Amino acid sequence: MSRYTIAVLVENKPGVLARVSSLFRRRGFNIESLAVGTTEREDISRMTIVVSGNEKIMEQVMKQLNKLIDVIKISDVTVNSVERELVMVKVATNSANRGEIAEIANIFRARIVDVAKESMIIEITGDEEKINAFVNLMRQFGIKELVKTGKISMTRGGKMVQL
Amino acid sequence: MRAADAFIKALEKEGVKHIFGIPGGAIIEVYDALWDSDISHVLTRHEQAAVHAADGYARASGKVGVAFATSGPGATNTVTGIVNAYMDSSPVVVFTGQVPRSLIGFDAFQEADITGITMPATKHNYLVTDPESLTDVVKEAFYIASTGRPGPVLIDLPKDVTMVDVEFNYSKKVSLMGYNPRIAGHPKQIKKAAELIMKSERPVIIAGGGVILSNASKELVKLAETIPAFVVTTLMGKGSIPETHHLSLGFIGMHGTKYGNYTVTESDLVIAIGCRFSDRTTGKVASFAPYAKIIHIDIDAAEIGKNVRVDVPIVGSAKQILPKLTSIIEYKKRKEWGDRVTGWRKAYPLKYKNDDGKLRPQYVIEKIYELMPDAIVTTEVGQNQMWAAQYFRTSYPRQFISSGGLGTMGFGFPAAMGAQVAFPDRTVVDIAGDGSFQMNIQELATCVDYRIPVKICVLNNMFLGMVRQWQELFYDERYSATCLRCKEMSFEKIAEGFGGVGMTVEKVSEVEDALKEAFKIDDVPVVIDFRVERLENVYPMVPAGAALNEIIDEEV
Ligand SMILES: Cc1ncc(C[n+]2csc(CCOP(=O)(O)OP(=O)(O)O)c2C)c(N)n1
Repeated sequence: MSRYTIAVLVENKPGVLARVSSLFRRRGFNIESLAVGTTEREDISRMTIVVSGNEKIMEQVMKQLNKLIDVIKISDVTVNSVERELVMVKVATNSANRGEIAEIANIFRARIVDVAKESMIIEITGDEEKINAFVNLMRQFGIKELVKTGKISMTRGGKMVQL
Repeated sequence: MRAADAFIKALEKEGVKHIFGIPGGAIIEVYDALWDSDISHVLTRHEQAAVHAADGYARASGKVGVAFATSGPGATNTVTGIVNAYMDSSPVVVFTGQVPRSLIGFDAFQEADITGITMPATKHNYLVTDPESLTDVVKEAFYIASTGRPGPVLIDLPKDVTMVDVEFNYSKKVSLMGYNPRIAGHPKQIKKAAELIMKSERPVIIAGGGVILSNASKELVKLAETIPAFVVTTLMGKGSIPETHHLSLGFIGMHGTKYGNYTVTESDLVIAIGCRFSDRTTGKVASFAPYAKIIHIDIDAAEIGKNVRVDVPIVGSAKQILPKLTSIIEYKKRKEWGDRVTGWRKAYPLKYKNDDGKLRPQYVIEKIYELMPDAIVTTEVGQNQMWAAQYFRTSYPRQFISSGGLGTMGFGFPAAMGAQVAFPDRTVVDIAGDGSFQMNIQELATCVDYRIPVKICVLNNMFLGMVRQWQELFYDERYSATCLRCKEMSFEKIAEGFGGVGMTVEKVSEVEDALKEAFKIDDVPVVIDFRVERLENVYPMVPAGAALNEIIDEEV
């Protein structure tokens, strides 16, 4: 099993997300992460879907998605692209470790966006590797809550995912 | 103009002549608008039957079939019909009433989320929330249902949407960003296919329902004769080549002909056209056509490589691709292969025991074929379906109508009704099992009401025969819940009770007369109750999970 990242341009209509997720469920495809938002055109949304599978499964994923009327274009952006995810972590803190946490955050170019007496929220963006490394370091302090946006991806250079 | 009136006008613009359906509160405005239209409406007795009828209408005529149902239970009753149409790629458009927009999501009376329910079983569906878009949606729906790989489309119409005033301006063209069916076929791929064909010594064509859907039967026969290649069909492909043609080997698969199954297994090249390699067709996939290269022509790219490995894929319509392919190949004699196939054909004909004077279902079908070879034939599901496929030699496309993908008991009768509505002057026969017929038997009322003279030939074995056959062969004759103990029940009287004609046939000698009499009746439905041998089995048979050539036969 490998992981693939695909960018799916869809019509910005009600029910599109349900159609896509329903297709994944019905065909037994595995979604690892899914992020969706509008694009440079307001009538078109872009989904970034991370799928686990093999080459044959991926071929079916792409072909079956293509059959959805509201799906306009699908691109495999697994290789040669910039990947980002935004994560917020609420870490347990006390007066003794606050400085150390801030220092680690700084090294990772993460931002502290909320500070309370016993916790703080740190926001970090980056690729998976960086985020995992950071989250792992935070575990020692105690992670109270964690939320991810899902991965988004854009191919490098002149190549574009567009109509 | 009231949106409901604009809606009916849009249907008229789409050329709709017949609608099958049942009204209700949520769709009452639409029915009110229909009152003023020339479109004729057939009031079925169940919404499932309405969709099957629309489906049968579509399969027989090639036109889009249309069904109406109200919200809630009306809508949910259409689901089996929709899934059935989806599995067999039938162009059907279903319109359902829905509760008013302001009530959607509040579990209102007779609210069902029919667009949610049918999402994975329609080619596309719509919940119309903007009355001004209603007619555009109609246009799109017919376009989507009937182009590319056809399929059902559902449109959900909230009641208040059909009540407001709208402008009627019907657009001419549909443009959808995400839908542009590819039909031409890539020239390079076609050339590659031609090369494989010219190299092949043992070619065979597998023709599927796609050949019929794209009206490419002539093109298919031309290709087969040019190569020359034997042609087997799938169940859905029956009729794509006349089964009397010297190159036709009938249909393959679980209950296909032995010689067809052997031919595919021994071939060195399979040319699959408009078929999706279903498990009932291929048998054990790993042993399917083990010596063959495979060319797969299909309009749906997702079918290519889905079930079997493919060497040369060609995406597009059979109608467009076959002539191109034919034009770049040459006739090449393949005597040895021809002799081998002919040998199998002689050695393993379809056969059944018919020398003991007992009434057998196969005999009934042979008689139907003999007396009315041009009839449109629909089937139910089970043994009746397989015997019909084996013994009714289909001679033209759209003649043989059967629920292939979903295997829906209760499909055949309403589908026959739809086919008869499309072709009032033709003879339409439903070859039925007693179990299946009872699943939509209420449609006798519809047929009497609208003078739809469908002939229902019930091969009555008082069993859920196909399941019983499996129990006999694989479950030590433990006939759990398959005996339909209804000796006392009379299909003859039931038919008469509805106002149709009923007959009961118990002897071989009565079959011909009964059929002849039935074929004369042209105003009401006829039910012939053929009391056949109860324990007759369908052979030959590929056991589930076995390879196509591991096909077993019965001693006769
Ligand atoms: C709606 C539905 N329910 C159940 C089945 C499972 N099934 C397949 S064949 C069969 C028996 C059909 O019996 P009958 O219509 O009498 O036909 P026969 O096989 O006896 O010719 C059954 C129950 C089905 N295909 N469809």
